[in-house]
Amino acid sequence: MSETQIERKIDRSHMTVSDEVAIQITAMNKWFGTFHVLRDINLTVNRGERIVIAGPSGSGKSTLIRCINRLEEHQSGQIIVDGTELTSDLKNIDKVRSEVGMVFQHFNLFPHLTILENLTLAPIWVRKVPKKEADEVAMYYLEKVKIPEQALKYPGQLSGGQQQRVAIARSLCMKPRIMLFDEPTSALDPEMIKEVLDTMIGLAEDGMTMLVVTHEMGFAQAVANRVIFMDQGQIVEQNEPYEFFNNPQSERTKLFLSQILGH
Amino acid sequence: MSEHRTAAYVRTDMLPEKAPPVSEMGAIRWLRENLFSGPLNTFLTLAGAFVLYFLLSEAFPWFRNSVWVAASVGECRDIITARWGEGATGACWAIIRDRWNMFMFGFYPRELYWRPTLALGLLLFAAAPVLFSESRRIRMIVLGVMTLFLVLAFPALGVGGLATGLMLLALVAMLVVAWSRPWGLLWLTGIYPGLAVWLLWGGSVWVPVLAMAGFVLAWAAFTATRGRGAIISVGSAVAAALAWWFFAMGPVSQVLDTYLPYAIDAVRSDKFGGFVLALTIGVAGIVLSLPIGVVLALARRSDMLLVKALAVGFIEFIRGVPLISLLFVASLLLNYFLPPGTNFDIILRVIIMVTLFAAAYIAEVVRGGLAALPRGQYEAADSLGLDYWKAQRLVVLPQALKISIPGIVSTFIGMFKDTTLVVFVGLLDPLKGITDSVRASFEWKGAYWEPYIFVGCIFFIFNFAMSRYSMYLERRLKRDHH
Repeated sequence: MSETQIERKIDRSHMTVSDEVAIQITAMNKWFGTFHVLRDINLTVNRGERIVIAGPSGSGKSTLIRCINRLEEHQSGQIIVDGTELTSDLKNIDKVRSEVGMVFQHFNLFPHLTILENLTLAPIWVRKVPKKEADEVAMYYLEKVKIPEQALKYPGQLSGGQQQRVAIARSLCMKPRIMLFDEPTSALDPEMIKEVLDTMIGLAEDGMTMLVVTHEMGFAQAVANRVIFMDQGQIVEQNEPYEFFNNPQSERTKLFLSQILGH
Repeated sequence: MSEHRTAAYVRTDMLPEKAPPVSEMGAIRWLRENLFSGPLNTFLTLAGAFVLYFLLSEAFPWFRNSVWVAASVGECRDIITARWGEGATGACWAIIRDRWNMFMFGFYPRELYWRPTLALGLLLFAAAPVLFSESRRIRMIVLGVMTLFLVLAFPALGVGGLATGLMLLALVAMLVVAWSRPWGLLWLTGIYPGLAVWLLWGGSVWVPVLAMAGFVLAWAAFTATRGRGAIISVGSAVAAALAWWFFAMGPVSQVLDTYLPYAIDAVRSDKFGGFVLALTIGVAGIVLSLPIGVVLALARRSDMLLVKALAVGFIEFIRGVPLISLLFVASLLLNYFLPPGTNFDIILRVIIMVTLFAAAYIAEVVRGGLAALPRGQYEAADSLGLDYWKAQRLVVLPQALKISIPGIVSTFIGMFKDTTLVVFVGLLDPLKGITDSVRASFEWKGAYWEPYIFVGCIFFIFNFAMSRYSMYLERRLKRDHH
């Protein structure tokens, strides 16, 4: 569990949380077979919120955010994303997916396509954007993640940190209103974690609604406006970061924090 | 608390690169590492060299004593005895020379030999946009060789100078197109199936044209119903094509034949033989089995229980029975089920069976490729909002097929060799059908090795070419380290 120091000064002028609800999860349960992996989850995310979800492995935090774009199906309760309820209706699922970006632990770039093609694939085929325009948008976001010079290479030729920044840019090209991050830095070498976190901080500064599953507590302290602690498929504690780290309430949270922060 | 300590060792200057010692380079190292690395390896090397020497020294005289021009096996033997003495043996390649046309064309009418030859030559022109779109150099070499082949073959097959000249003109025009644009010959790819069928079997031009129109109709039906779900659009495309072929095509072609009659000499399927037959079945099987195999592989991984069950049942059944039994079904049993008097071409029936057989194997090969893709690829495609078909077409299949290339090409090679099994349903395959009928003649009775070696070599050339192409394709699609 690394604690990369966030050195840069963070511009908070656009980091405003509005009253508008982006995600509403009510009494949601999920099972893998007979294993009750998510238990009675209630969570409301407002637009502009930056939420870090922490917890021991197997606590269901990845499964939770994967339910939000229906990579996992929930069995009871309700998930409403941007006003669209997730049911088995494929049209709704595709609508939600094209508006919710997701960044994976292992990047999941398409290795047979160039970086530029990775970025323009979904805009061209899902949003029906003309190729030229999609290329321009893709280059804009590659500039933003600071690797425009890699546009014509293949993912296999890039470092892990660069690949993850490309993956972020790929999601952004769909102009998502919500971004989900599933342990985005866990598969990276220590020296590459910082460049990915910097990109994510930049995104937060632009006012993006973000749900981040991560062990980067430095990031949580610097950027999040809420930290959620999960254990055994349940939300155990949530609080604003300063209180969460300095004044944890439950015994489980205290134990978890002492394990990942103490040496 | 901190105690000041000096490091135990600090390097002050970095070492430059040096060449490896001579004993670690070049031929000496290679010999030592690969042939004489230890007592056992040395023994095996020497033993292997001896076996090789023995085989070559036994076989060499037979090849050296080859006779190329003779009228019969007896004459061959006389020539060998006269030249190399009593008891000498030698190859009698004169049988190949004498019956070359038989091996190539079977009983195809002699004056029409140019038609299958042209069909073969155009095959590579039609395939160029698909197979050689990436490299202009390779495209031009392949098509140049085919042009040369046709221009040399046509006069030898008795085609007049004017016709050969016109064809050369057309080929050169296509070469120019292929030079300037990789996809320039795609129109030929589109019409080639109909064109090849027409060249091979002849008859009215309207039959292949109208048959191809069925595909256009299917496409039109597919686009017209697009957006109403995959099942509806695919279903209406299939329905439109089937309705056209079974009900509309016959009357329409009769009308066209009455008012715009244009036909070339028809050749019946029982005249086909030799490599014309093997290539017709082989190429048709290869081209048709790949898409069917891919669809079967996707169906087998489908979430829909019925689709999955049908695919599994089909694949397991077809793979579970010998190809010959399927061929017998095609040749014998189908006659019982079809209405009397139906003329369902035997080659077409065999192509269908061979295609289904190869498709079942390809489905399993492709399923392996699909399974090898990390789950993350599917999830990334899903999370970007790509629907099932777009995710398959743009993300999953390009990668799965690339992984499957060696297996797919192995299946193709196996299938091409299996075309020789059609001898069991009375067709003249090059290996047994033609060879037996050549040896049944009085002159060539007693020639055993030569026809088999010759036919084997021709098969080897085609299969080796396929194998090399697959390796080229794998290299071309390599994406990790440039």
